[in-house]
Amino acid sequence: MVTTSTQDLGIHLQNFTDFQRRAAGRNLPWLRKLRDDAFARFAEVGFPTTHDEDWRFTNIAPIVRTQFRLPGSALVQLPPAELKSWSIEGSAARLVFVNGRYAPELSRIDALPRGVAVSSLREQIEGNSDQISKQLGHYANTQRDAFVALNTAFLEDGAYVHVKRGVVVEAPIHLLFVSSSDHTALMSHPRNLIVFEDQSQGTVVEEYVSLGGGAMLSNSVTELVAGDDAHVSHYMIEREHKDAFNVSTLRIQQGRTANVASHSFLLGGGLVRNNVHPVLAGEGGECLINGLFVGSGKQHLDNFMHVEHASPHCASRQFYNGILDDHAHGVFHGRIVVHKDAQKTDAKQTNRNLLLSDDAQIDTKPQLEIYADDVKCTHGATIGQIDENALFYLRSRGLSEAQARQLLLLAFASECVERMRPGAAQVYVEQLIHAHLLPLREHSNRAGVGSGERIVEEVG
Amino acid sequence: MSLLEIKNLHVSVDNHEILKGINLTIKPGEVHSIMGPNGSGKSTLAQVLARRDAYHVTAGSVTLDGKDLLEMKPDEAACEGVFLAFQYPVEIPGISNAYFLRSALNAQRKFRGEEEMDAMDFLPFFREKLRLLEMDEKLMNRSLNEGFSGGEKKRNEVLQMSILQPKLAVLDETDSGLDIDALRIVAQGVNALRSPERSFLVVTHYQRLLNYIKPDFVHVLVDGRIVRSGGPELALELEDKGYGWIEQEAAAV
Repeated sequence: MVTTSTQDLGIHLQNFTDFQRRAAGRNLPWLRKLRDDAFARFAEVGFPTTHDEDWRFTNIAPIVRTQFRLPGSALVQLPPAELKSWSIEGSAARLVFVNGRYAPELSRIDALPRGVAVSSLREQIEGNSDQISKQLGHYANTQRDAFVALNTAFLEDGAYVHVKRGVVVEAPIHLLFVSSSDHTALMSHPRNLIVFEDQSQGTVVEEYVSLGGGAMLSNSVTELVAGDDAHVSHYMIEREHKDAFNVSTLRIQQGRTANVASHSFLLGGGLVRNNVHPVLAGEGGECLINGLFVGSGKQHLDNFMHVEHASPHCASRQFYNGILDDHAHGVFHGRIVVHKDAQKTDAKQTNRNLLLSDDAQIDTKPQLEIYADDVKCTHGATIGQIDENALFYLRSRGLSEAQARQLLLLAFASECVERMRPGAAQVYVEQLIHAHLLPLREHSNRAGVGSGERIVEEVG
Repeated sequence: MSLLEIKNLHVSVDNHEILKGINLTIKPGEVHSIMGPNGSGKSTLAQVLARRDAYHVTAGSVTLDGKDLLEMKPDEAACEGVFLAFQYPVEIPGISNAYFLRSALNAQRKFRGEEEMDAMDFLPFFREKLRLLEMDEKLMNRSLNEGFSGGEKKRNEVLQMSILQPKLAVLDETDSGLDIDALRIVAQGVNALRSPERSFLVVTHYQRLLNYIKPDFVHVLVDGRIVRSGGPELALELEDKGYGWIEQEAAAV
């Protein structure tokens, strides 16, 4: 990573100096060091550029150029109608964050089963710092990612979820992050620590929405620790407005025979980077990395997967589907790293893309680094258009062209829905996808159709 | 009045003329069979009637119930009562059979100004048709045609037909690849639909299907033209002698 001369870190330095003076936990030596080191690292490397292999297809110049401020403490009013449309029916708890700051008056955490603790991270920093110091910042890597470094430098609030050994919480825990800009460009750095102890089970939904327009940056980091035999579903839903910048990093640490599913749905946002980084650290772990990204207009949706097999007998499955219309640009970068001792690894990666217009673009890149000798790794990518045969077949039964297209898009998206555990979160996501694909098919009618599908399939 | 009236139909694909002046009149309630060797244009005719836009009509006219069929889009033709049972039904993962069928039926009912059917009303109607075609209800919760055997796909076409109840059913080689049991079931489904108002155009390569679905008229298509028309006995003659003699006869003219 090279810091280019065009980058002005001044605003961040000023933000950081102000932040250190008033931040929660500023007197905790370990936290102070964590933040200082992270900021130092960020100052050293600066923002990545497209010369960096991991950022080759995503130009973040608009983020670098913007003079972001940290949000003040002014309370933002949220319209009740919006809040209602952002709620999951049947959730176990809902934590609302406005510009990264926990809003207790909008949150509901009183109906949780025994053994499940949910709060703001800030509350933990202020009252339980010894406990969280054992995990916070231990997994997300500030060295390799400038955004993680920046988040860690500014970490103060976010969600804390802790599920005790053997406890099962079926209903989803909903973490809702609302970005709301005033006259200045605001940035927030939500930091979440989610711990599922051994043999526990549950679902966490992380959702990003926005109020109003304008430039805003949400740069979140979630550390998710799944203990031995834990079963965890994590959802990332991005549906901010189309000027919003959103960078999110999900770092998963899996114990022995732990089973984690990561589901990402990128529907909104202007420039979006979705990092998913599971480390299968214990033997026999399983990981599902499932995603759908739907872009139109000038949206740029970048999915960066980094699956690390660090132990033997683990299985990982990556399935990402992309639908891109207008001038939208999608990226799927799927890295699989198999460590030397991770024998009998079974890793699979599939990325399927549907382009609805001639100007839509997808860059898809598999990257396998295998240091063990007894593994099974496959990857494949397809890029196609709406299948003309299928379209004609549906129309020949009486469905209008628009209906037929919508049905085919839904069918394509439903593959991702079907991989989720049945439950409240699945129902919620399915409704969002339906609502999102409705306007898309209306104006995608003009796009040319062809049945040509480029297929790349390799077995390594 | 005739249900379908094809006059001097010329059709090209990629500037290559496939149909070279077809004339055919089908009255309500009649069953017509089109037979012919491979490449004679049988499937092209079927696809044109279902309004596939890859086929370019260069001359002639087709009317359905007096309306210009060539002006219609595929979905409009379907709503006006044309049904094509595909030679190769398309597999569409992610759409369940049952959902698709109800959507299609409701699209057509809406077009005709009728009330849409909800899932509760649809189910008994649907089950009755499934029984007729000896199809497993479980198949209906699976994705449209996905992983179906050849016979299941063809039966599914006839199932769709019996639910949509078209005025004109076009069967494009529905018999190809079927074993005798599947053939019997498919024919049973078709025969149950026969009525004085409904007409059939049965496109086939072999006479075998016509033992089960008795046609009123048989037409032989060779090189884009109907070279001979007759009754069911013509099909038997073709079965006996093959297509060679009729192709030679057509070439000699």
